Amino acid sequence: MPALTIDLKPVEVPEGATVLDAARKAGVRIPTLCYLENVQAIGACRLCLVEIEGARTLVTSCVMPATDGMKVHTHTKRVRDARRTVLELLLSEHAGDCQTCDRNNDCELQAVAHELGIKEIRYAGEKPAPGSDASTPGIVRDNGKCIKCRRCVTACGQIQAVGTLFPQFRGFKTQIAPAFGKDLSSVACVQCGQCAAVCPVGAIVEKSSIDKVWAALEDKTKTVVVQTAPAVRASLGECFGYPPGTLVTGKMVAALRRLGFATVFDTNFTADLTIIEEGMELLSRLKKALKDKQAVAIPQFTSCSPGWIRFVEYFHPDLIPNLSTCKSPQQMFGAIAKTYWAKKVGKKAEDIYVVSIMPCHAKKSEAERPEMRSSGVQDVDAALTTRELARMIKQAGIDFDSLPDETVDRILGTSTGAADIFANSGGVMEAALRTAWEVITGKPLPFVNLHVDPLSGLEGIKEAAIPVTGTVPEWSFLEGATLKVAVASGLGNAQKLVERIKSGAASYHFVEVMTCPGGCIGGGGQPRMTTNEVRKKRLAAMYKEDEGKKLRKSHDNPKIKQIYGEFLGMPLGEKSHHLLHTTYVKRDRA
Amino acid sequence: MKEATGCTCAGVVDEVELMRRLDSIIEENRDKPGALIPVLQQAQAVFGHLPENVLKRISLGMGKPYSEVAGVVSFYSFFSTVPRGRHVIRVCLGTACYVRGGKQVLEAIKGKLGIDVGQTTEDRLFTLEVARCFGACGLAPTVAVDDTVYKRVRPARVSEILDAYRTEGSARKGASHAA
Repeated sequence: MPALTIDLKPVEVPEGATVLDAARKAGVRIPTLCYLENVQAIGACRLCLVEIEGARTLVTSCVMPATDGMKVHTHTKRVRDARRTVLELLLSEHAGDCQTCDRNNDCELQAVAHELGIKEIRYAGEKPAPGSDASTPGIVRDNGKCIKCRRCVTACGQIQAVGTLFPQFRGFKTQIAPAFGKDLSSVACVQCGQCAAVCPVGAIVEKSSIDKVWAALEDKTKTVVVQTAPAVRASLGECFGYPPGTLVTGKMVAALRRLGFATVFDTNFTADLTIIEEGMELLSRLKKALKDKQAVAIPQFTSCSPGWIRFVEYFHPDLIPNLSTCKSPQQMFGAIAKTYWAKKVGKKAEDIYVVSIMPCHAKKSEAERPEMRSSGVQDVDAALTTRELARMIKQAGIDFDSLPDETVDRILGTSTGAADIFANSGGVMEAALRTAWEVITGKPLPFVNLHVDPLSGLEGIKEAAIPVTGTVPEWSFLEGATLKVAVASGLGNAQKLVERIKSGAASYHFVEVMTCPGGCIGGGGQPRMTTNEVRKKRLAAMYKEDEGKKLRKSHDNPKIKQIYGEFLGMPLGEKSHHLLHTTYVKRDRA
Repeated sequence: MKEATGCTCAGVVDEVELMRRLDSIIEENRDKPGALIPVLQQAQAVFGHLPENVLKRISLGMGKPYSEVAGVVSFYSFFSTVPRGRHVIRVCLGTACYVRGGKQVLEAIKGKLGIDVGQTTEDRLFTLEVARCFGACGLAPTVAVDDTVYKRVRPARVSEILDAYRTEGSARKGASHAA
């Protein structure tokens, strides 16, 4: 355990800790830009410079190992002057336009300039050409604002194993961009938005749908309905100063009504519906494979996460038959709202405008897929991120804090706790098991509080093996079998899991993959910054939301029973096939 | 059919044959760490330049993201994604060559060929590039044509050097190979 001093304050840190770690432990703040806990420490931005007694030059604390007896000074005049020079040089190349920037007031560069007391930028020089790439539905990149910290490169290449973004060209002309600075739409990008989630400035942001939604809300010919993904209720509060993990479900519903949405529904409803369809699909695959001895793709992979879908389409097209054909809850909602519900309220599909609030960039892309027009028109008209919803609430002058708790509207708002945990890595699997188990055995899933503990938490890859006993006659062929399931979150982890499956090192019946680390609670469209501490709090909030529900199993949702009775007929039936299931396409990755 | 501009056989080689060579280069290097740059160098020697289809094949074959392959290609001035002339002239503008008149040599070559840096003559005989150092600073200023390095080049000598390449196979006087 190295013992050192930071600004004369003694501190002990574990072996392998950096000077920055030691400073944080000693309660000393060192400004950083390229550093991102658990993601990247590369000493690129030079902002974390410190003075170490005996060292010839200033050193970058984020990569400097802490050693015994080290005497570190973090805010001497020499350090302050150097940091200021570094920052002024960064600012001299930054085409900021703070007032009109998406990140105004939420920008790390702006904040650190304020912290360091920058009053003038002494270095005037050429700025990189502002090149705004809005070629994809979910993400907008602006090279002029990029400070080349490379956080996005690490997020895209290491955490997500996608590798769309990489430094291109050289010197002043360096761009953090797709190959040769091409548009995102011309390369393999899964639209997960983890790049935007870690960007310290406004160089990578979501493509805003706010104006489109305002226009729809003011259009008297449209009935505008809104659905909210489960993960949003555990994070929206952060945009209004609430601590991470504060559930703001009731205030969120109230805010949506005040924004002018005629009907406030819940993606949770179609999450429950997804469980019925996807659970039955799994059981039907198992029946074909184990009883009827037919060739069928096993394991079944979940299909709720559109970034994962694009990942398979680009990098593992041979696994397309393994993907559940179920649409995601967002898209099931759009299709049901514009058919079943439209008929109920006497409207045509084209008169209804469906907005979804998602923790996600990829949901914007998913909504625009040509396959997603089962109602005859685009099923989901606009998808907003959690951050965009917060911006709309602020634009409307709504005092979020003083809003009452309200509840969602009936039919497409009614949901169970199983739907809430769709937000968490492991949650879709747990929700599916709660239902599938009861179908197979007629009894509730035999775990404390219905939670499958080995599948919860932030671990990148999780697995469980559940021996099947006490089956009902129809499923007796499963008696004595062991149901093997796995869960991955973060596409880098999904890649590892897929390799294990393909090599035969592991085999499963059902695999849940969520694109973003921790699941949707860590989505690219969530309030920044999503650290592991924040992830844990949002995960806990969603489990709390689940446990607070009277009904906690999707098949117990009375409105789900009603929709099958009145409209869909049976799970995997013809109407389901048409409205709730989809197809995938192979895409070229290079 | 495609002319193999950078190939020593200087003949007409089948595209399929070139791709076969590329695949064997990739195969030999696939599992070696740090092999991307050598693969790109060898591929450029085969094709004369690095077109998109070659880079994508390298990306898939080496299991590296296309953005990373492109990042390396666009970083190093040695690599070219556009077809180049039969002979590539590289004028060194490293510190030693620069102070001993490399810039004037470059201007003389530009004037002589009527092209700018990065361009290729209309007859596809020469491509002009600048380099940062050949490691032959004692011989400054230096100019390399393909793999041959010319030492202590004066603007007045430029014509003589270039003319030797206009008639294939003629003797190239004053050439010395850098280590």
